Amino acid sequence: MPVRRFDKTPMPAQEAQARAHNFFEVNGGYTAARAAFEAERCLRCQHPVCVDGCPVHIPIRDFIHAVAAGNMTGAARILRSANPLPAICGRVCPQESQCEAECSMGGRFDPVAIGHLERYVADWERTQALAIEPAITKTAKIGIIGAGPSGLVCAGELARLGYPVTIYEALHAPGGVLRYGIPEFRLPKAVLDWEIDILRAMGVEIVCNVIIGKTLTLDDLTNRLGYAAIFIGTGAGLPQFLGIPGENLNGVYSANEFLTRINLMRAYDFPNADTPVRVGKRVAVIGAGNTAMDAVRTALRMGADEAMIVYRRSDEEMSARVEEYHHAIEEGVAFHWLTGPLEVIDDGSGWAAGLKCQRMELGEPDASGRRRPVPIPDSEFVLPVDNVVLAIGTTPNPLLTRTTAGLATTAKGCLLADEATGLTSKTMVFAGGDAVTGAATVILAAGAGKRAAHAIDAALSAQPH
Amino acid sequence: MTRILDARRLTPVTKLFRLDAPLIAASARPGQFVMLRVREGGERIPITIADYDRAAGTITIVVQEAGATTRRVCALEPGDSLLDVAGPLGSEIDLPPGGHICGVGGGFGAAALLCLMRERSAFGDRTTTILGARTKELVILADELARVSRSVEVCTDDGSDGFHGFVTQRLAQLIAGGGPGRPDAVVAIGPMAMMRAVADTTRPHGIKTLVSMDPLMVDGTGMCGGCRVNVGGQPRFACVDGPCFDAHEVDFDTAMRRNKAYVREEKIASDLVGCVSGRSQGDASQAL
Ligand SMILES: Cc1cc2nc3c(=O)[nH]c(=O)nc-3n(C[C@H](O)[C@H](O)[C@H](O)COP(=O)(O)OP(=O)(O)OC[C@H]3O[C@@H](n4cnc5c(N)ncnc54)[C@H](O)[C@@H]3O)c2cc1C
Ligand SMILES: Cc1cc2nc3c(=O)[nH]c(=O)nc-3n(C[C@H](O)[C@H](O)[C@H](O)COP(=O)(O)OP(=O)(O)OC[C@H]3O[C@@H](n4cnc5c(N)ncnc54)[C@H](O)[C@@H]3O)c2cc1C
Ligand code: SF4
Ligand code: SF4
Ligand code: FES
Repeated sequence: MPVRRFDKTPMPAQEAQARAHNFFEVNGGYTAARAAFEAERCLRCQHPVCVDGCPVHIPIRDFIHAVAAGNMTGAARILRSANPLPAICGRVCPQESQCEAECSMGGRFDPVAIGHLERYVADWERTQALAIEPAITKTAKIGIIGAGPSGLVCAGELARLGYPVTIYEALHAPGGVLRYGIPEFRLPKAVLDWEIDILRAMGVEIVCNVIIGKTLTLDDLTNRLGYAAIFIGTGAGLPQFLGIPGENLNGVYSANEFLTRINLMRAYDFPNADTPVRVGKRVAVIGAGNTAMDAVRTALRMGADEAMIVYRRSDEEMSARVEEYHHAIEEGVAFHWLTGPLEVIDDGSGWAAGLKCQRMELGEPDASGRRRPVPIPDSEFVLPVDNVVLAIGTTPNPLLTRTTAGLATTAKGCLLADEATGLTSKTMVFAGGDAVTGAATVILAAGAGKRAAHAIDAALSAQPH
Repeated sequence: MTRILDARRLTPVTKLFRLDAPLIAASARPGQFVMLRVREGGERIPITIADYDRAAGTITIVVQEAGATTRRVCALEPGDSLLDVAGPLGSEIDLPPGGHICGVGGGFGAAALLCLMRERSAFGDRTTTILGARTKELVILADELARVSRSVEVCTDDGSDGFHGFVTQRLAQLIAGGGPGRPDAVVAIGPMAMMRAVADTTRPHGIKTLVSMDPLMVDGTGMCGGCRVNVGGQPRFACVDGPCFDAHEVDFDTAMRRNKAYVREEKIASDLVGCVSGRSQGDASQAL
């Protein structure tokens, strides 16, 4: 069967017209038959180059082989040994630029659907009764700041190594961007909750509503509360604005506000939930990363008739996961490439009524190596819209760095940390994830949390008792 | 869960609560606030820390019934708990010590002056508190504020108590009077219209004036940008950079418009809660 070797086994998905109006997960997940079929496509390469593309070096060939052999328990164990968040990464990793980009099947044929298989194994694991018991054997307490993927993974690794771990989270619920940013239709909260339940079962303590730098300082954690080591995983949650006229009109949101109202605060369920959001008939989202794609597809689900992406570069420069881009097209999202926003127009009563834009063309490459968009003279036009959502990037939150002496940062406010260990400029204080790299990916954050956990263990093991 | 230790009605629409919150009490500073949630699915709302007692591990807040969430809070009694309380958030009031500091409080804003005035008086600053309300029954915490500030001036719109007129009229008199009675710095906390009027009163005299902005907030940690206030032409996040800003630099028009973004939805939510205190929202907002 030649088809079998050329094409990825399709992922069952909700029909586009229906799903554009609900928050249920778009992808249904492989059936056992599809998973077995896809696993058989893997060539079991002697040198599995796919692994080089995975930031945490999952033994991809081996777990896929286990799936093909029907050994689900083994597959799950292999996966989890390398990646503590497989159900999440299988769903949200940009596979096309990581593991699957390297797969030997790629190039001539479709690469093996590594992400879909990873998700399949992790979802299978979720249906199993896990017997997890806390195995805290050590006495040195570890404090973790922020319950995003980097903090959660660091906590999980340390708990597995026997350390008593406490995570301090500023918001009322753990998860970081996985809870307030990435929507239900891509990453069901049940999946996240399950991962967090596992951590709790392992003995990890999660304390919400504590803002380190405000409620307690980092030095309080080490000096007063006796934490032997600290991991900072506070993310890059501070939204940027464009500085264009009209940005403060009603109906203009940062993507973080828009998504947080809907995901964390459940505005989709207003008035059963108390937090409102106002989504009009036409919504423009500025930007073309994962955040922009999530915002624009959320706008459709919140009842917008038209939801569009406005981006000053072209689709070539888009940073969103390719699957999300395709899903957005299927769902009817409109794309205005090479379109630079100039001003949000006032409807006369303080609400957004339109987005004034100008057309752009691509010029010489800029510092990032991408071709710089240059405005085309006299090309201004107005898109009539009721909402503008800005998804143009974030920077690290300064709450902690402002109140912690001796914590070195870059000019952009990112924490300085050793790449291999995550060690910051402060003794026994480690950091990782978006707080160090700037906005990046879940798996990079998870990988950094894991590396730091092992560096913490190494440092503590080396200390005289 | 944060337990309510004491609760007492101050007016038909405001209630004072003492909360068991040792971590927040330990680090709170004047001008800071907490984010609280009453129930699962509830909104996160910002409420100023009116006072704190580090030894007892308690904070005091005063909540004015404005809509659904504040009504739910005001229905609670000692022994009940708030689902989530996070803080202290925001930056503390930053005013150089020394001189005569005048706090102007309207509505629940009067409460926010408690810890500020206590601290300033203890430093040896001259302190005056001007309290404003529509009528006598709505004046709150005058006795408590009298204990922590050198003088308290009550102003009522209808003349039923103290000075007959607006806080700004009394403030203008103090400024015009000159001498030690003339404030060197003013901190105004209350409804936006009052804070704007205070800004207009002090501007011609070049008196340093801070206002505590109360934009709509979602997270209160600098993550959503919803609380941005235009200060000196720059967007500033009230939950991180504020909530107190230089009154003469604040764009009040934009701030007031942004606070009305959800009037329609707030009405729906409020009607669902019903009238906890037997008052309609109309009465509540008039009480300001
Ligand atoms: C809308 C959106 C969609 C995305 N989609 C994808 C995707 O499809 N694939 C992908 O790989 N990546 C995606 N990303 C990026 C990815 O989510 C992030 O790179 C990742 O979450 C970073 O993890 P983190 O642990 O560093 O921080 P975060 O997830 O940002 O978590 C930080 C946590 O720390 C808490 N915190 C902050 N300061 C303090 C403090 N002082 N005290 C206590 N707690 C604090 C915060 O409240 C938060 O919970 C997306 C991001 C967004 C915003
Ligand atoms: C830093 C800060 C400190 C605050 N301190 C206090 C305090 O000490 N005591 C207190 O009672 N209130 C305080 N507020 C205001 C309080 O947060 C709002 O009254 C509350 O969020 C309203 O919620 P609700 O669901 O009851 O009413 P909603 O239904 O949300 O609103 C009802 C009415 O209140 C207005 N409103 C909504 N949110 C705010 C807001 N954030 N600020 C001002 N008006 C608002 C709306 O425009 C509407 O007219 C503070 C606000 C901020 C930003
Ligand atoms: S974690 Fe991400 S990059 Fe690694 S194998 Fe899984 S999907 Fe690929
Ligand atoms: S590179 Fe591709 S084909 Fe080879 S082992 Fe990895 S997934 Fe299988
Ligand atoms: S309330 Fe979200 S940034 Fe201030």
